[in-house]
Amino acid sequence: MSVFDDFVRRDKRALARIITHIENRRENYRQLLAAVSRLPHQGYRIGITGPPGSGKSTLVDALVLRYIQQGLRVGVIAIDPSSPFTGGALLGDRIRMQHLVNRDSVFIRSMASRGESGGLAAATRDVTKVLDAFGMDLIIIETVGIGQIELDIVEACDSVVVVLVPESGDMIQTMKAGLMEIADIFCVNKIDRPGADRLLSILNSMVHERQTASSVEIRAVGTNGMNGEGVDSLAEAIEKHRGVITTGGELERRRGSQLKAEIVHAVRDRVVRQLEETIDFDGQFEHVSRQLASGELDLYSAADMIYDRYFRK
Amino acid sequence: MSDKIRILLAKAGLDGHDRGIKVIAAAFRDAGFEVIYTGLRQTPEMIVDAALQEDVDAVGVSILSGAHMTLFPAIRKLMEERNCADMILFGGGIMSEDEITELGRKGVSKLYGPGTSTIEIVEYIKGAVAKKRAGEKLV
Repeated sequence: MSVFDDFVRRDKRALARIITHIENRRENYRQLLAAVSRLPHQGYRIGITGPPGSGKSTLVDALVLRYIQQGLRVGVIAIDPSSPFTGGALLGDRIRMQHLVNRDSVFIRSMASRGESGGLAAATRDVTKVLDAFGMDLIIIETVGIGQIELDIVEACDSVVVVLVPESGDMIQTMKAGLMEIADIFCVNKIDRPGADRLLSILNSMVHERQTASSVEIRAVGTNGMNGEGVDSLAEAIEKHRGVITTGGELERRRGSQLKAEIVHAVRDRVVRQLEETIDFDGQFEHVSRQLASGELDLYSAADMIYDRYFRK
Repeated sequence: MSDKIRILLAKAGLDGHDRGIKVIAAAFRDAGFEVIYTGLRQTPEMIVDAALQEDVDAVGVSILSGAHMTLFPAIRKLMEERNCADMILFGGGIMSEDEITELGRKGVSKLYGPGTSTIEIVEYIKGAVAKKRAGEKLV
C-alpha cells in the first residue's frame, strides 16, 4: 500500500486520498482505517458550532493562525449541508480561511453532510481519526449547530465552543434546550454590534446558574473574528477547559462514554440497514401495510405484528 | 453506489468578477456535485493547495482579467508538480480560439466563453470524471 506509506511520511496528497476513500466507504476502507488507527496519535478535538452566519469559519481562521504560530499542527474539518433534493452541496468555509491556505502545518477538508442517512457522524469521526494519526496536534470540527446529527458530531469533541451573535436572541432563546446545553465555552462573536454586551451578560448569568459543584466551569467570551479582538481570550478559555478536563479525569470519562456510544451507533446502523433491507422477508410487511391503509389495523398494532415476526424469526 | 463528484471552483488573480463563477457553482450544486468554492483573488499556489487537500476530481478556474495565458499554465504546472496531474483543469473567460488551443496543449481540458449553457458544462465534467475514474486504480 504505497499511499499508506506516503501517509506515514506525512504526505498531504496521501492524506487527502485516504480521507476520500474512507468518506466514500470504498472497498477495504475498514482495513485502511484500522491501519491508520494503529499509528500513534494524541490530537485534541475542538468542536465549533453555532447558527449559520455567526462567523464560525472566520473564527477558525483566526484561532488556527494563532495555533500554527505556536508551532502546532492543525487539521480542520468544515462541514456544510448537502441538499436533500439534489444531493449537491456548496462548501464555502474556505473563503473565510484565507490565512490558512498554503501552510505546511494546516490541512483543511470540507465535508458535505450527505443527508441524515449518509452516516455523517461516523464519517466525521473516521476522518478525525485519520487527521489525528497524521500527527495533528489539534483537530477542529466546524459545523452548523442545527439538527441532531450535527449535535452528535460536536458532542464527540473534547471541547465544544458554541458561537452566537448579538442577533441570536434574548434570554428565552438562551434557555432553550439543545445547542445551548453542549457548550463548554460560549463565544459571542461580532462583539462590536449593538446588544453584544447584553447577550454576554445573559450568558454569564446563565452559566453561573447552571454551575454545579461537580461540573466543569463554563465560560463566555466576546470576540470579533474580523479584527481578531478577543480571539486570545477564546484560545485561553479553550486551553483552560482542556487543562481542567485533562487533569480532573473528565477527558478520559468523556472519551470512554464516547467510545461506548460509537459502538452503539455502529451496531444500530447495521441493524437499521438490515431491517430496511429485509423487513419484508416473509411478505407480511406488504400485507400489514395494506391492513393499516384500509383501517383494519392501527399503526401500533401493525408495528407490533411486524416487530414480533421479525425478531422471533 | 458511485462516489460524489467533488470539484473546486476558484477565481484566480486580481479579478473581482465573480458573477459567472457563482452561476456555475449553483449549477454544479443543483446537478448533485459537491462544490468547494474558494472565493476571489487566489494565487495558483492557493488553488492547487486547496485542490490537493480537498482531493477533488476537477478544478474550475474563472479568469476575466486577461491573465489567462499566464495563470492557467501556472496552475497546471503546479498540479503536476504536486502530484495532482490526474485532476481535470477547466475554466472560463474571454479567450480567442488560438489561445484556447494553446492552453489545451498545456493541459487545460476545456475552456468556456460567455453564453455557454450550464448544462453543457455540467455534462462535460460528468463525462470527463467518469472517464478519469474508470482508469483510476484504488488505494
